[in-house]
Amino acid sequence: MSHKINAHNVNVFYGEKQAIRNVSIDVDQEDVTAFIGPSGCGKSTFLRTLNRMNDTVASARVEGDIRLDGEDIYSKDMDVVQLRARVGMVFQKPNPFPKSIYENVAYGPRIHGLASGKAELDTIVEQSLTRAGLWSEVKDRLSDSGTALSGGQQQRLCIARAIAVDPEVILMDEPCSALDPIATARIEELIHDLRGRYAIVIVTHNMQQAARVSQKTAFFHLGELVEYGDTNDIFTNPREQRTTDYITGRYG
Amino acid sequence: MRRRIARRYAAERRFRWLGLGAIVLSAAFLFFLIITMVMQGAAGFLETRVQLPIDFRAAELNVTPEQLRGDRGDLALAGAGLEGVVDAAAGAAFPTAGGAELLSDGAWLRVRNAVKANPALLRQQVVIDVPVNSDVDMAFKRAGTPAAERIVSAMGDRLSSGLNHDFFGGADSSDPTRVGIWGALKGSLLTMLVTLLIAFPVGVLSALYLEEYAPRNRWTDLIEVSINNLAAVPSIIFGLLGLAVFLNTFGLPRSAPIVGGLTLALMTMPVIVIAGRNAIKAVPPSIRDAALGVGASPVQVVFHHVLPLALPGILTGTIIGMARALGETAPLLMIGMRAFIAAPPEGLTDPATVLPVQIFLWSDEVARGFVEKTSAAIIVLLVFLLAMNGLAIYLRNRFETRW
Repeated sequence: MSHKINAHNVNVFYGEKQAIRNVSIDVDQEDVTAFIGPSGCGKSTFLRTLNRMNDTVASARVEGDIRLDGEDIYSKDMDVVQLRARVGMVFQKPNPFPKSIYENVAYGPRIHGLASGKAELDTIVEQSLTRAGLWSEVKDRLSDSGTALSGGQQQRLCIARAIAVDPEVILMDEPCSALDPIATARIEELIHDLRGRYAIVIVTHNMQQAARVSQKTAFFHLGELVEYGDTNDIFTNPREQRTTDYITGRYG
Repeated sequence: MRRRIARRYAAERRFRWLGLGAIVLSAAFLFFLIITMVMQGAAGFLETRVQLPIDFRAAELNVTPEQLRGDRGDLALAGAGLEGVVDAAAGAAFPTAGGAELLSDGAWLRVRNAVKANPALLRQQVVIDVPVNSDVDMAFKRAGTPAAERIVSAMGDRLSSGLNHDFFGGADSSDPTRVGIWGALKGSLLTMLVTLLIAFPVGVLSALYLEEYAPRNRWTDLIEVSINNLAAVPSIIFGLLGLAVFLNTFGLPRSAPIVGGLTLALMTMPVIVIAGRNAIKAVPPSIRDAALGVGASPVQVVFHHVLPLALPGILTGTIIGMARALGETAPLLMIGMRAFIAAPPEGLTDPATVLPVQIFLWSDEVARGFVEKTSAAIIVLLVFLLAMNGLAIYLRNRFETRW
């Protein structure tokens, strides 16, 4: 069976310090995969290796083999800009551009030349905002600034922005940690709706959230992948003692 | 307990009074400066005129109104001997007040302009207002010598005061009634233009490279320290550098706005780089992440997101640097912009001077009339500076509303 992403024996170093130790993981196209673990366990670092966002950190060094549809994403032939268009990202804090709502969504398609005219671009913007569940709320004020929206709306705008370039995978780095419970519920619903169309990898420190939205869960601790499997198994019948301790709240 | 509270309140009150006192003191100094400048300088924009009757019918002029109407009118007028006619008319009109001596050296030019505007005057007897010499001008403005005071009281209401248009159109002169500020103002404008065109792009690109691309290592640390130190180097040293590099090595023309502009650009660049780097640093990293996350290349991140967001800060820094360059005197003395320039520069390579140097030169003159001209030039320089700072505030507000 072929996977969307195959990571094999991945090590990540920040200078001398090793942040990720020998992690191997496979992500499937039709699943939502959740990374859980205590703070500083390396789950965000590992997520950022999947679209090479760690390249922007000068001291970061990645070893191992990560393949997207069988292509080595760290090979010399891989264009990092193209990779990030295929593997989109949503960040912890909503970070819309200080531009209009329309421009926020249109920016990606524009720089990648995905639309050949204004009408086509309008369609992409509408479609992306609809998929992100934001269209009905903002359709009358597309020229308002994206930063004027509420936190939850901003995060959905960021998801719409990621969707607009038609990625294959969407990485979400604790997308709800800065949101209130109602906005969080909307995002979780949205993840449900997007499942299947995009492979989704979500980092969360909220175990209930992982249980609600994901099919596969990976538990990280101190840079190691402790356990990876079906979400149901991890939460009801973990194999490792450390996983049991974490999900029962002994630490974390 | 209660004593401690009372002490705390007293300290608060004391601090507030000290702050208020500092503000009042600095405002008073500023107010005093502006008042003295305006009081002394306002007279510099005015000239004293005397009514000069001229009977062109009796004068021996070798030119006719018809000759003036053609293409060669100016030439005909130049050879007409108008200056002699004006002197003769003054001699006849003010025999006790010194005759032609009473008038400014440039008085006949007013008559020429009047004739040029209306050649029919050459067949009439007319009265034309012409400027008087500096001594009488000063006396009329109540700052003259006793001898000139007597002339003023003898002339009575034939003297009048008016706006000195030539001051805004002319250049330097040895006669205070004939000097103009336009030459220095134009020199300043041309110099600032060169400075802006060189310092802004180079400064902004350096700031962008250092912030966004350069690796952090010993070399960039060295460059950073050098730039910070460069901003603090005394300006006269930049003048020496300009003299050695632009004049002696590259052989560019002396006293020219292009050399002045290049020298001031060297001085302004570190200021722009420092201000630019701070503005770029202030752009939140999350915006860079967001742009990289949708697949923007590093250059797109910089030019689509970082630069537009940093622009208000960069512009403010640039205008502060430019304002400093505008007021700079010392480096321009070194490259010869302190020469006596009697005509406004026509281009970047013409000899020119700039406003602060002109102020310096006029303040050095012995003739009384230059005191008020110096103040008037200072007012022009301050208005120029205020306009530049106003522009900075306007640009800042305009670009910031987009955030």
